[in-house]
Amino acid sequence: MGASATVKAVTRDNPASRRLMEMGVVPGVSIRMVKTAPFGDPIEIRLRGYNLAIRKSEAEAIEVNE
Amino acid sequence: MNVDGRENNGNGADLRPANHKSKSNLIVALAGNPNAGKTTLFNFLTGLKQKVANYPGVTVERKEGVWTLGDTTARIIDLPGLYSLDATSLDEQIAREVLTGELQDGQKPDVIIAVVDATNLERNLYLVTQLFDYDIPVVVALTMVDIFEKQEHEIDTAKLAELLKSPVVLVTASSKKGREELAEKVIEIAGSRPEAPIWSSAADEIGENANIFARYNFISNAVQESVKHNDLEKHNFSEKIDRVLTHKFFGLLILIAILLVVFQTIFTWATVPMDLLEGGFGSLGDLARANLPEGILADLVVDGIIAGVGGVLIFLPQILLLFLFISILEDSGYMARAAFLLDKLMSRVGLHGKAFLPLMSSFACAIPGIMATRTIEDRRDRLATILIAPFMSCSARLPVYALMISAFFAGQTIWGFISLGAVLMLAMYALGTIVAVIVAFILKRTVLKSPPPPFVMELPPYRLPNLRTITQNMITRSGLFLKRAGTVILAISIVLWALMYFPRQAPISPAVSETAETRETLETPETSKSAEPVDDAETAKAAEAKAEEGEHLKRSYAGQLGHLIEPVIAPLGFDWKIGVALIASFAAREVLVSTLSIIYNVGKDEDEKSETLISAIRDAKTDDGRTVWTPLTALTLMVFFVLAIQCMSTVAVVRRETNSWGWTLLMVAYMTGIAYIAAFITFQGGRLLGFS
Repeated sequence: MGASATVKAVTRDNPASRRLMEMGVVPGVSIRMVKTAPFGDPIEIRLRGYNLAIRKSEAEAIEVNE
Repeated sequence: MNVDGRENNGNGADLRPANHKSKSNLIVALAGNPNAGKTTLFNFLTGLKQKVANYPGVTVERKEGVWTLGDTTARIIDLPGLYSLDATSLDEQIAREVLTGELQDGQKPDVIIAVVDATNLERNLYLVTQLFDYDIPVVVALTMVDIFEKQEHEIDTAKLAELLKSPVVLVTASSKKGREELAEKVIEIAGSRPEAPIWSSAADEIGENANIFARYNFISNAVQESVKHNDLEKHNFSEKIDRVLTHKFFGLLILIAILLVVFQTIFTWATVPMDLLEGGFGSLGDLARANLPEGILADLVVDGIIAGVGGVLIFLPQILLLFLFISILEDSGYMARAAFLLDKLMSRVGLHGKAFLPLMSSFACAIPGIMATRTIEDRRDRLATILIAPFMSCSARLPVYALMISAFFAGQTIWGFISLGAVLMLAMYALGTIVAVIVAFILKRTVLKSPPPPFVMELPPYRLPNLRTITQNMITRSGLFLKRAGTVILAISIVLWALMYFPRQAPISPAVSETAETRETLETPETSKSAEPVDDAETAKAAEAKAEEGEHLKRSYAGQLGHLIEPVIAPLGFDWKIGVALIASFAAREVLVSTLSIIYNVGKDEDEKSETLISAIRDAKTDDGRTVWTPLTALTLMVFFVLAIQCMSTVAVVRRETNSWGWTLLMVAYMTGIAYIAAFITFQGGRLLGFS
């Protein structure tokens, strides 16, 4: 929670990967974990000055450098 | 449509002018991310000069308006809110076709206004880089600049314009200056050769994603050069608000509270204008009755058109209120939070988090609920939501529940203190919801099976809803609703009226002799009127008139249909009269009450609390003398009404929104089927358990 990281890569086999990249989740961008929804999914992240909700299954597509 | 070789080619040529003189009738496309302030700008530029229709063949809305720029006018096409132009959603496909001219008989827009949220520059500019690909001049309209500057950021628009090779205009909805400058730039740039910035692909990346990376690289550099950022995180008020509103515990509590307030308001506030409208249509009917010559025309106008269309129009206040709330929740940014809170719960059934609101709305009325599904991007998810929305117990079912409960369960309690009526009422709402969940579950695993669509959803910053956008939205929605009431609903009302009116021989005055006559022609001559003893002369006269009406009904096509379906509904404990009421109430559920009143000869003005209607129902006998209505019949009828479609407006709106008779008829079929089976189980099961 509240941890920041830099995106290393976005895997291609996830159905959401293209959408994620279009939304600005590309290598080199810094993202921050904001919170988890009440039932454990989805999660909220922040990048490029805005907030984005994604499911955990989609978050798996994002590889980060700690 | 292919328009090759059309004759008015000359007009088309005029729209691509080479000089300033003939720059009338420009076509301007308005493109931008969702929440970038596109709608506000559109309303701001066009005022009330706009129209909403659907793109041919699809359910994406086409919004167009006229913008007057000095001595020139422009047709503004408001594209759907987009994040990107190359993904595969319907909105994106439509936007592409507008930009390539495919949807305007080959006319490409002359200028694109790219609406860009200054507070969210990087992601907003991504779409702009894609707009450059269409070889159309682009003007960038920067919105939310006031908020941006409050956050102590500074933007060098000249630098940004230089980097983007396109004019950049600051627009705030509250000032006229931005609008004038925007008009100037659009006129200036229209017809010029578009220039686009060049970006090179990142060297270390190959394949289809290289393009995305290259665009974002270009954007990052452009933003770095033109914007002086403050510490972004210091001003993030929305995250602070969300500490409460999407809190694990309080977030859900607040969501429930908001919904309760919304529904309470819709039910209570709307009753005042609804009663007024109902009274108004009543007086209108009386007026028409008084001024039209007695006969078929007066009957058609009063009983068919005014009663039918009026019966639907009285729901307008509820629809307006619901859209008021939906607009506020959506505009403020809360709707995305509701979807965020509930996505997990909804996805267990196979629905998207965004399906929640349309389904909740359907408890008031399925029509705005179904219209609200437009926010769901995935076609299959949207369809599944539309197809289950009518299971939610809408306000039109209330009169039916109320009549049945007050006739057979009034004053009864469980354990001495819980009202049986309230429990039954709650049970009906629960039954509808449970069946909806089961149907959604089945649909999403069979015909609408699809991999769960990505839930990549922006949580936009909280903003004060724009009054103008909200009123505009309400006007547009009610306009669409009224248009439907004037066409589809009018037509079906007339048909239903005719079914209940014809065949009609000469006016039957002496009821007795007429009845004798009919006895010869009809197979089931017994009537139940004799069950009601008539005492004084006045009531006798009134009763006679009502008896006449009942007799008409029996011989009408609707009455014949009632007899025809009697064998089918007999296992549910319904006789042909209930059959007629079921057929008539296909127009709208609450019609059941007025139809039962006609059938049981207690006059048309009875409402659900009417003592006479209640006693008439209690005393009604079948043709062979048995009591028609028992508490079990009442319960069966309630169960049937929870699940059956019984609303032509819903059928019409589902047809419109799905753009398919196939899906619409499937819904009608399975709702009726499920209703029948559930009613059958209720009635036969109840009998087995010893209830009567």
